[in-house]
Amino acid sequence: MPKRWIQRDEKPRRWLLSERIFKYATAAAGAYVLAVILVMALQLGFESAPIWEEEGAEFIFGTDWNSVPGRESYGALPYVLGTLITSALALALGFPLSIGIAMLVMIMPKRLGRPLGYLVDLIEAVPSVVFGLWGLFVFRLYFRDYVEKPLHDTFGDSIYLFGGTPFGLDILTASIILAIMIIPTISSISREVMSAVPQQQKEAAYMLGSTTFEMFRMAIFPYSKAGLLGAAMLGLGRAVGETMAVTMLIGNATGANAMVSSLFDAGQTMPSIIANEFLEASPVGLHTPALIGIGLILLGVGLSINVAAHFLVGRMVKVNEGPVH
Amino acid sequence: MSHENRQQKRAEIRAMFKSNVRRRLWVDKIMVGAVVVCALVAIIPLVWILGTAVYSGLPALSWAFLTEEPGAVGAGLISIGPAIQGTIILIGLSSILGLPVGILGGIYLAEFGGGGWLARQIRFFMDVFIQVPSIVLGIFAFLAVVLILGHFSVWAGGFALSLIMFPIVARATEEAIRMVPWTYREAGAALGLSKMAITLRIVLSQAKKGIITGVLLSVSRVGGETAPLIMTVVGSSVFFEDMDTPMDALPLRIWRFSLQPYDEARIAGWGAAFTLLLIIFAIHLGVRYFFMQEHGGKGLRGVLHLGRKVR
Repeated sequence: MPKRWIQRDEKPRRWLLSERIFKYATAAAGAYVLAVILVMALQLGFESAPIWEEEGAEFIFGTDWNSVPGRESYGALPYVLGTLITSALALALGFPLSIGIAMLVMIMPKRLGRPLGYLVDLIEAVPSVVFGLWGLFVFRLYFRDYVEKPLHDTFGDSIYLFGGTPFGLDILTASIILAIMIIPTISSISREVMSAVPQQQKEAAYMLGSTTFEMFRMAIFPYSKAGLLGAAMLGLGRAVGETMAVTMLIGNATGANAMVSSLFDAGQTMPSIIANEFLEASPVGLHTPALIGIGLILLGVGLSINVAAHFLVGRMVKVNEGPVH
Repeated sequence: MSHENRQQKRAEIRAMFKSNVRRRLWVDKIMVGAVVVCALVAIIPLVWILGTAVYSGLPALSWAFLTEEPGAVGAGLISIGPAIQGTIILIGLSSILGLPVGILGGIYLAEFGGGGWLARQIRFFMDVFIQVPSIVLGIFAFLAVVLILGHFSVWAGGFALSLIMFPIVARATEEAIRMVPWTYREAGAALGLSKMAITLRIVLSQAKKGIITGVLLSVSRVGGETAPLIMTVVGSSVFFEDMDTPMDALPLRIWRFSLQPYDEARIAGWGAAFTLLLIIFAIHLGVRYFFMQEHGGKGLRGVLHLGRKVR
């Protein structure tokens, strides 16, 4: 394909000019995303500067959270930990389920597997706030009565994790809702990653006499390790940034109260503290900068998780020939 | 080795193999069962949510509920008229702000950028940007629009939502354009058309379906977003007045309902949730019914979750 189709001497120059304008307009529209990310990071940094100057490293490692004027003190550690713990729990619950679903879709006949895959993808279409509503008004009540109370009554004294008061608005409930919400992400990506395993690998495993499950264990899992890890990290990234459902279910403790001590304690995550307090924060004090600072931390965590995940998934899907390394 | 010995050995091996096979087949069956259970565990919440939304939400629906302004709680009238109107306005505004950028960006990635350095960076950062926590986008819109204009406004909400929209649309456009056969462009070139005319008239009209699908799916995603609206359009209980005042939106209204301790609010919350789900699922199922069969569903699903075509 020749680079320039229109010869300069045959057509008027303004055609070439409009061509060039069109090309640069599309390039500018593409580069918009780079500009947005850059400006966003810079602006979050500038606007949260007062809190970094005031608290320094104490902002990340402190546990105080007091917005009363004159006694202001901000430490984001409980929320960072809350985010990490709920997301990790959600991943621990959701990842095996998602892999199971991806496996089922692969071994089912296509006529059944496709609708199942679509049904799972539909979970992603349910808005976060509806998940929150369901968790708050329906799921929490059953979960409290049939799971949390028995666990608490049986193990509450002996096992540290099951202490606290089972009320339904706690870290465990939020993590379970998060786990449900990240299932479609993980399962659809791991499905893609596992489908990228070359047919020869599967056939070789079957030829050695393996059962379906052994085929997965011998051929598919080793081959798609990196991609599955990437899928898990994308799920983690989704869980870290999830706001509404968690805000409605985690119980919204603040400060040292939000430090996680048991599964049945109310907690707080980075997105949920922002959602809860952003509108009430006074613009003169340090409250707004502190929340913006949390936003900056959240952006950093989210970006780094997703960048890592992309490298893993991208490498996996790109290389789809050759032996297992 | 004698004949009997060999026979014996063979029987032994056969027995071992049989017992081994039996065990392996059992393991296989158990794993298949476990996998089916996984799928059920994931599907149950979906069915449960939809069921509750229909069961509790349907009785709340009435003409007044859908079209009037919400009165005070306890007055016997809770309505979501402004919220529905606000959601429609927000979807329209974010489309106006986000679609041109998204579609042009997609054209750049597919037609001009190719595998070059800039295009690779853009593609990568778009994929990453799709996953940025939406509440951070809300803070950004707050800083970039609300603080500069000096008040909460519809603009800020539309801007925040357009940031969610444009990378999804761009990646969908790119995928759709890539599916247009190369010969179409050559036919255009043979007619002496400029590259711009070929792109806009031939390629885009061929890629129309894919692009519309991407746009509608991004609209359904944006329609359910709550977090970025908290600090931009804030919510209100009256109908839209002008672009520079706070406005209501369905997801925000659902959240507000959930914070109120009244039974009425709970029922109204489910009514609003049912309405929102109805809008979103109508878009989803409509898209699937009208557009997805030809595209096999695969490319777009990839786009929505993440562009997987890394080049």
